[in-house]
Amino acid sequence: MIVDAGTVVLGIETSCDETAAAVVMGGSDVLSSVINTSIDQHVPFGGVVPEIASRAHVELLAPVVAQAIAEAGIADTRIDAVACTIGPGLIGALLVGVAAAKALAMVWDVPFIGVNHLEAHLYAGLLEDPTLELPLVVLLVSGGHTMLVEMRAHGHYRLLGETIDDAAGEAFDKVARFLGLGYPGGPAIDREAQYGDPSSVAFPRAIPDSLDFSFSGLKTSVMNHVRKHPDAVTADIAASFQMAVVDTLVAKARRAAREVGAKGLALGGGVAANSLLRERWLAACDADGIRAFVPSRAMCTDNAAMIAAAGWHRLRSDGPTPLDCGAYPGLRLPLVQS
Amino acid sequence: MITLGIETATQAVSVALGGDDGLLGVIEVMQGRRHAEILVPAIEFLCRQSKVAVTEIGAIGVDIGPGLFTGMRVGIASAKAMAQALEVPLVGISSLDLLAFPLRHTAKVIASVIDARKGEVFYAFYLSSPGGVQRVSEPRACSIEDFNADVMARGQDVLAVGDGAHRYRDQFDGGVEVADLAHPSAAALVHLARARALRADGGSGGSGGLDAVQPMYLRAPDAQINWSTR
Ligand SMILES: [Zn+2]
Repeated sequence: MIVDAGTVVLGIETSCDETAAAVVMGGSDVLSSVINTSIDQHVPFGGVVPEIASRAHVELLAPVVAQAIAEAGIADTRIDAVACTIGPGLIGALLVGVAAAKALAMVWDVPFIGVNHLEAHLYAGLLEDPTLELPLVVLLVSGGHTMLVEMRAHGHYRLLGETIDDAAGEAFDKVARFLGLGYPGGPAIDREAQYGDPSSVAFPRAIPDSLDFSFSGLKTSVMNHVRKHPDAVTADIAASFQMAVVDTLVAKARRAAREVGAKGLALGGGVAANSLLRERWLAACDADGIRAFVPSRAMCTDNAAMIAAAGWHRLRSDGPTPLDCGAYPGLRLPLVQS
Repeated sequence: MITLGIETATQAVSVALGGDDGLLGVIEVMQGRRHAEILVPAIEFLCRQSKVAVTEIGAIGVDIGPGLFTGMRVGIASAKAMAQALEVPLVGISSLDLLAFPLRHTAKVIASVIDARKGEVFYAFYLSSPGGVQRVSEPRACSIEDFNADVMARGQDVLAVGDGAHRYRDQFDGGVEVADLAHPSAAALVHLARARALRADGGSGGSGGLDAVQPMYLRAPDAQINWSTR
């Protein structure tokens, strides 16, 4: 099969609480992208409940797929392949998308492509800005991941650094819960921090001399500080905590870009929606004279356009995925050595 | 009309194809919880060996549970996607109905009993009726003691069927006989789904469309927060 600029891929994403489908042509032309979410049902539990997420996917997926095809304005006979997240993620949630995607591929008699969710996040930058050049250093920050990846060529990734304990998004959730700001923690802290003084408390920064991250100590020192100073202004704590996280993320990303001689520095994942991080990212790249990529807010959340885009690249390099493929909750990014 | 039956609500994956003159073929695979891996290749194989093109399928029946939640979801998500792409009606049928149907010639009360784990069962009672069975109680999830109490309250001989009946047979009170059948069959599914699909308002052909076909869980989700796998 020839995979080119006219190849139309239907993407499906159900790895966590977003149910998404998108139609993308040629790996970068987004004809439609539909996202529904069960987040409201998880709020009372302070985190995503796997069984609730899985149930929601079964209800939402067929209408979301129908809407994506309708909004793309194409007949379904124009779809050349079906790409779907096969991991990492919640097993029960992933299985709903994988089951549906394989069934669609079988009926339409087109290739099925199993997509690594993390790889799809790396492609989000190239999807929104196809002029980005490789090598690219990507900081992927979400509720489950904090990793610095060098994207050398299509499909060739090197892990430069990752969190040794909590993910950045997880730290936001835990601190927000501790401060009584609710769930999800990222937007809650972002909002609260607007009213606070980020220099009021000097929380500890990163592990020096390493591109790895650690946020568990920071979380603990926020808690200790509040226990010692019960009258501390919540907005000041939120702003100081956020500043410590963003400082660390930006400093390590800059250093990584310098070390590998990257042509660009791209941000991805749910935490990329954080206002301060976006602002500091652009300023840092500007100061270093390097291309910056900051995703649109729609591209920060899990979506299926990035799945379809990564699927297009995978189909071109590796061909279809066999239909006896399953879902792999602990799937890792395929890495090359040094 | 060709009807496809998809059964993944228990440990088995079972698929069947039926035509105007009866069953065309059945595949049943017992591989534990590998429903997602096995289902689509099994449908492809069955179609090829039965000399049916996937696009010739005119109706789909799917087991909506109760049973294994992930298994049910794999079957229902696959069936919905196929019905959507083929633009054919989808009929959802309960695993309890499917278990009772093959016993339709008994004079006893039929109890379809599925293992719900955690020491519980999903069950419902049925009576034989012309051409099939009639459900006479609401499907529910409960302990074996509650099931026994319900049997007692009925005061009739009961013929129990299903993996729950097999697992807990030693804990049933007297008056409960256990039939051999443990798993719902896709063949029964084809038979029942075909009849309903032929009625214009059957299954997703009705006003609810595909949304009318939803899993029957009979149990609220465990609100256990999983932080580890995003
Ligand atoms: Zn993600």
